[in-house]
Amino acid sequence: MRLGVLFSGGKDSTLALHLAAEKEEIACLITVISKNKESYMFHTPNIDATSLQAEALGLPLISIITEGRKEEELADLEKAIAEAKSRFQIEGVVTGAVESVYQASRVQRICNGLNIWCFNPLWKHDQKTLLETLLKRHFHVIISGIFAYPLDEKWLGKQIDEQVIAQLVNLQNQYGISPSGEGGEIETTVLDAPMFKQKIEIIDYMVEAKENCGVYIIKQARLAAK
Amino acid sequence: MILVVDLNWKKDSLAFNEFVMPITSIIRPFEKCEVKHFSEIAPEDLDVYKKVVLSGTALKDHTTLKQLGKFNWIKTLDQPLLGICAGMQTISLVFGEHLTSCLQIGMAEISTLKENPLFQENFKAYTLHNFSVKPCQTFETLAESTKCIQAIKHKQKSIYGVLFHPEVRNQEIIQRFIKLIY
Repeated sequence: MRLGVLFSGGKDSTLALHLAAEKEEIACLITVISKNKESYMFHTPNIDATSLQAEALGLPLISIITEGRKEEELADLEKAIAEAKSRFQIEGVVTGAVESVYQASRVQRICNGLNIWCFNPLWKHDQKTLLETLLKRHFHVIISGIFAYPLDEKWLGKQIDEQVIAQLVNLQNQYGISPSGEGGEIETTVLDAPMFKQKIEIIDYMVEAKENCGVYIIKQARLAAK
Repeated sequence: MILVVDLNWKKDSLAFNEFVMPITSIIRPFEKCEVKHFSEIAPEDLDVYKKVVLSGTALKDHTTLKQLGKFNWIKTLDQPLLGICAGMQTISLVFGEHLTSCLQIGMAEISTLKENPLFQENFKAYTLHNFSVKPCQTFETLAESTKCIQAIKHKQKSIYGVLFHPEVRNQEIIQRFIKLIY
């Protein structure tokens, strides 16, 4: 089955891509760039890096920009998936949804309207296990956004390793933060993963942070040999 | 030991993680469980299991509805059976009943119509289905949404069906089924 992956460049959509590629054929990546920083569906700090990530993966990317108004961004997502269906003959879509019924049901509705399959290979998975899976599979993932107390600037740019996972799990126990950021507490950017033919090297970045909200923006990056 | 039957269109499919693993994650803290794809079920092997759960499938996957011959074992099963979504649809067809078109995606209000050991009163549940079942002679209706029948029970046997997905929201329904004394 030829599939398109809804791709934000973060850990969940990249892991979903890897799981899907083990079972079916990946025809393209689909990215929606939202201008709305409050978007429930699409906003991630380094969404612009998806073109470099797609190049590293050797996969075509369908990328569309949305103003990010609530229902319009869904119509824009539908347009992007429809384009993937027509250009790459995809028969289904893969998402990195883990817990969000809001996101999952909206993508399900779009896929149903376009008469294609919808797969959520991370659905309902234990969040600590998901983080550990990234390490087992040798993903290089950095934290590129923090949006909850008591996370602060020091977390930005940190690579997800055993120590960071332990700290996140501790914060879950103390403050109820979802360790994988399922509640939007953290956002991530993947710099390398098994399917990447080249890795991403950050040349220049910028940190914008105030109290418990902040982003690590990749200003300049390049592909490098692994 | 509980048997979870994978109803997805093929063994080890991409939908396994989404429709089977969440069920086994709920069962495993309480009971050992084993997963078999529906194409692998041999009726003579079923005696070792205390209960059986039929998984749901992707919205576009109607494979089992066209392969009912693989499910004849349901008619003679002595142990309690719970069918989720496609599982409920399959159970109904196996007993000669009929489906009706009913598309629902997302959270829906479920109203309990008849007292039962799995759930009570009104609650919200996650739905993802193209078909429901028609009211019939074989099954009593346990619950409904504003659109269609959402839960059934065989009138004589300990066979249950829920159209909504308790592995997504209302996980206690699966736990209650696992603990059900019959």
